[in-house]
Amino acid sequence: MSDSSMTAPTHILSRMDINTDLATQILTGFIRDNIAKAGLKKAVMGLSGGIDSAVSAYLSAKALGPENVLVIRMPYKTSSENSLLDAEAVIEDLGLSSLTVEITPMVDPLIERFPDMSNLRKGNIMARMRMITLYDQSMANGALVMGTSNKTEFLLGYSTIYGDSGVALHPIADLYKYQIRQIARALGVPRQIIHKAPSADLWEGQTDEDELGFTYDAADQVLYLLVDERYTTEETAAETGFSHEFVCKIWERVKANHYKRTMPNIAKVSQRTIGHDFLYLRDYTGRHGSV
Amino acid sequence: MRVNIGLAQMYPKLGDVAYNREVHLEHIERALDQGVDLLVFPELSMTGYQVQDLVPEVALRTHQPDETIAIFKEQSKRLDLVVGFVHEDERGRFFIANAYFSQGEIVHIHHKLYLPTYAMFDESRYFAQGNSVRAFDTRFGRMGMLICEDFWHVSPAYLLWMDGADVLLLNSSSPGRGLDTGDRLSGSRWVEQVNQSYGSMFTSYVIHCNRVGYEDGKVFWGGSSIVDPNGEFLLHGTYFEEALLVQEIDLNQLHRTRARLPLLRDERPGLVRRELNRILQENLT
Repeated sequence: MSDSSMTAPTHILSRMDINTDLATQILTGFIRDNIAKAGLKKAVMGLSGGIDSAVSAYLSAKALGPENVLVIRMPYKTSSENSLLDAEAVIEDLGLSSLTVEITPMVDPLIERFPDMSNLRKGNIMARMRMITLYDQSMANGALVMGTSNKTEFLLGYSTIYGDSGVALHPIADLYKYQIRQIARALGVPRQIIHKAPSADLWEGQTDEDELGFTYDAADQVLYLLVDERYTTEETAAETGFSHEFVCKIWERVKANHYKRTMPNIAKVSQRTIGHDFLYLRDYTGRHGSV
Repeated sequence: MRVNIGLAQMYPKLGDVAYNREVHLEHIERALDQGVDLLVFPELSMTGYQVQDLVPEVALRTHQPDETIAIFKEQSKRLDLVVGFVHEDERGRFFIANAYFSQGEIVHIHHKLYLPTYAMFDESRYFAQGNSVRAFDTRFGRMGMLICEDFWHVSPAYLLWMDGADVLLLNSSSPGRGLDTGDRLSGSRWVEQVNQSYGSMFTSYVIHCNRVGYEDGKVFWGGSSIVDPNGEFLLHGTYFEEALLVQEIDLNQLHRTRARLPLLRDERPGLVRRELNRILQENLT
């Protein structure tokens, strides 16, 4: 069966259904706990107008109170006007404080320096400039930078290293895109944000699914069986109805991008080396958390 | 005999023994206000769960004078206590341990037998396996203690039952996993099924204290509970939130249930031993 056909399999999706109240309880607790352990009260995050950052904003507002969540819109000159409006709808609905920091004047000088630059390189520069902006606001406001990545894109490596992946905590990175839509509905994220085609909005007309070459629903079902349920690629193909070739394509992508999900290797020469045998949790210092 | 049980569903601070000791003392005061006779703390309540390279720093020793141990001994003149800690023995081995304190003494220490070292767990990297499972006498009858993965294996609970334990004291630092459409995480459902089964199969009290809070991304789900000898939940604590849960149990229920359902009377440990011996001999390689 072709993965792009209109009759692409969807029968695995219902197995990924979640109790959104329970998810909200765990994730808001996680946010509160992380911020308390850092000795802070606030979060700062980019708000793109898409569903992931919207969900992250709703969870953060629930966890910390809207007065403790600063959201930043960081459009580039090619960003769509609708993205700004959708972000505005979230800001108004939650009563968040917000800033708009146009990244064009910061990004363009570097892009202009290399006239033959690909869209991918430009997109990476934009994502990293947004990270710089967020970390600057983090320092200015005593706020932790909230992640907005989901499990699907994290596994696929559909992210910019030190760009959108450069954050202090990841509240929704264990939820697949399908589950993000579920929790978005439960949290009351505006409908137009839930229903529009996901886009990194790095250049005009870009959509995630065009760029990836498959739909999130397809990737979610395959990844869920491979990762969560430990099916083999053959079993996944048989269970989903996707071709084995497609399943392998997804899995190869997961493997190829593993470096984005791990810390850089440290060459070991001493008796005791950070990351190898100097082992402490991230949470082992600092203040006590709070549920 | 009626015994007032307290379950301290607390959030230990990772690696901070002094802080956690204060939290224990606060729970002891609150428990005494509510007339608690026996107060149970979670697994590694003195240290937090993923202590990793902190193990040598946070360990307590019972073979030499230790301030924290002395404090709990003193407190145990007021009520009985089950405390979770890292125990270092005379030869420098570290164990995940529970101590039962009563009337100024340590009555029993249990070393965790089964150290999960798979998936998100890495206990064998840091800890030695416990090597015995023994019931012990308390002023409320004979009891047995098990720690988390210990009671996922049926043999330790069975051995304690055969050794005379009528009350199983279980504690854990159980990280949540398995979000689906259920009203609880699937990991919680699993543990509760096990506890309920032990209550039923052993016609005994099953007392379980699980911690709450977060360590890195893991959430500990709480839901501490007491199952009676009929296999029914007498107490079911809230999930994810700190709490001091108090529930009176009636030890006479053991007699009433066992008069109706003589599973203990009819149990055949001799048969188990014979068949186990045969199985072990046949499978020796």
